Amino acid sequence: MNMPQNEELLRVDNLVMHFPIYRGIVHRQVGAVHAVDGVSFSINRGETLGLVGESGCGKSTTGRTILQLYRPSSGKVYFNGIDLTELKREEIRYMRREMQMIFQDPYASLNPRMTVGEIISEPLLIHGMVKRSQIQEKVEYLLEIVKLSPTFANRYPHEFSGGQRQRIGVARALALRPSLIICDEPISALDVSIQAQIVNLLEDLQKELNLTYLFIAHDLSMVRHISDHVAVMYLGVIVEIADRSTLYNSPLHPYTQALLSAVPIPDPITDSQRKRRVLEGDVPSPVNPPSGCRFRTRCWLAQSLCSEQNPLLRSVGTNHLVACHLARS
Amino acid sequence: MSVPLLQVKSLETQFKTPEGVIHAVNGVSFGLQEGETLGIVGESGCGKSVTMLSILRLIQMPPGRIVTGEAFFDGKDLLIMSPEDIRHVRGGHIGFIFQDPMTSLNPVLTTGAQLEEPLVLHLGMNKRQARDRAVELLGMVGIPHARERLADYPHQFSGGMRQRMMIAMALACSPQILIADEPTTALDVTIQAQIIELVKRLRDELGMAIIWITHDLGVIAGLAMQVIVMYGGCIIESAPVQELYAHPCHPYTIGLLGSLPRLDSQTHQRLYSIDGLPSVLFEKPQHCPFLPRCKWVIKRCSQENPALQEQAPSHCVACWAAPLDKGI
Repeated sequence: MNMPQNEELLRVDNLVMHFPIYRGIVHRQVGAVHAVDGVSFSINRGETLGLVGESGCGKSTTGRTILQLYRPSSGKVYFNGIDLTELKREEIRYMRREMQMIFQDPYASLNPRMTVGEIISEPLLIHGMVKRSQIQEKVEYLLEIVKLSPTFANRYPHEFSGGQRQRIGVARALALRPSLIICDEPISALDVSIQAQIVNLLEDLQKELNLTYLFIAHDLSMVRHISDHVAVMYLGVIVEIADRSTLYNSPLHPYTQALLSAVPIPDPITDSQRKRRVLEGDVPSPVNPPSGCRFRTRCWLAQSLCSEQNPLLRSVGTNHLVACHLARS
Repeated sequence: MSVPLLQVKSLETQFKTPEGVIHAVNGVSFGLQEGETLGIVGESGCGKSVTMLSILRLIQMPPGRIVTGEAFFDGKDLLIMSPEDIRHVRGGHIGFIFQDPMTSLNPVLTTGAQLEEPLVLHLGMNKRQARDRAVELLGMVGIPHARERLADYPHQFSGGMRQRMMIAMALACSPQILIADEPTTALDVTIQAQIIELVKRLRDELGMAIIWITHDLGVIAGLAMQVIVMYGGCIIESAPVQELYAHPCHPYTIGLLGSLPRLDSQTHQRLYSIDGLPSVLFEKPQHCPFLPRCKWVIKRCSQENPALQEQAPSHCVACWAAPLDKGI
């Protein structure tokens, strides 16, 4: 397929998702989990944006909010120029043909009472994309493109290993021929040798079908491998976003630097020669995030300015945005 | 070489299940020197955890059964010791850290009670001494306000803090060996880095030997001195850490290293993937356990399970086809 490149497919504009916390018998709202707090980025058609961060930083919530699985507290999500946040339920359902999700846990995301064939064909039937008579053919085709045997269609999920189940999940996501796939930690529940199989499959499918991925993960080496652009999240905000080589070769935000230096390299000599920056403490609670810069409580460079003013994402080079008062290119 | 601190010989462990007998560990032998850090690498189901649990007799029997084997620690075989004696070894001489700190701490006891228990039990301390030592231990693993935190319950700690707790408990009686079973798998990278730094520091201070079980070849590279790679309940390769990463010999090790994207690689290469998946061993492998996934199969591979053989000084490989031409 030859689609024009550099065409913006998804634009997220100042997305906010707060989950209210209720307490007491009158069920009064006492606070909110600031899961996503003003996230903006865009992805071009056929490209992959890697979204990395530690657990609880809001990366999965961002993915779900984009698909309108949660209705955002504020902010806009433009898909192909259409604002998803303005749409009614029915219209969103229709739009989901174009946007699908691959989930983290292939054990929990497949219905154990349905056969593989039923799982893969369910979206086709719901959206009335094929006639009943064509379903078998379509299921076989989908199993084939994820490199599974068409004979698996009549078997149940429990008969398969984690890697095979994840392939079934990929086939289901591809059934409606979407253009955007949100991959929410698709490989982190899998064994090392199986991870490579799934990543290679995702890369092949992207080339073949001109897919656009939002690849959510905490494995920075894998994100480097698969992404064109990478965004780093911390406590609900994007702290740095850049193209892959810029982000990994010259990270400017202290958090990105610390995160990268914490990733072990599978080579004893290189690993021993690296300078390591070990962050102290834990990620603060998103219920009550620190004032100003959210990273300041763990930052070794923090100054008084950092607690007073919230640093906004600003451009420090081509395609390179950083949210830090002190970062200099 | 001196007499190893721990010497395991042809250990075999099986589990009886409704589907049949699973041969989890099939003849594992290795030695651990004093002060050495040994990494055991393998994917889920390769028998790495079961090996360690068998040595400490923590396998539930039945369904588990240690068929044969010896595990000499301090001149005594752990596998035939009386329950009384092995209890003294566990926690006293050999400390254990488990993967998931949430499920391995007792949620209804304060951390203080859990930390003081081994001190009273193994070292015969009184309450007051135990409390003082507990405070000292928490300080050692970097938990601030130690004395107050001893009254807290596990749920009041974060994941990283809980793993620090586990380390403090494992080190309570100054063990000679610390066995860590995937201690950082459930943690975020920055917390993982904290824990690894902590273990390195404690290793240097206390001079204990460590067995670090993991599936992460990256973590092992920076920590271990000697590495064992397991597949299908067998050791398939063992070598000093630098030698293993520089010259992996077994097809599985080569594949595993090739399938990892590197943070420091500048070029985009397609990942090498090992086809197929690990099989469940319902019978003792009569051929090489890696045979169904291997690309270098020769005739002998399907006839006999290869034994570990020395390829280079202190570098052992269990492969009939080795040495291989390194073109993957």
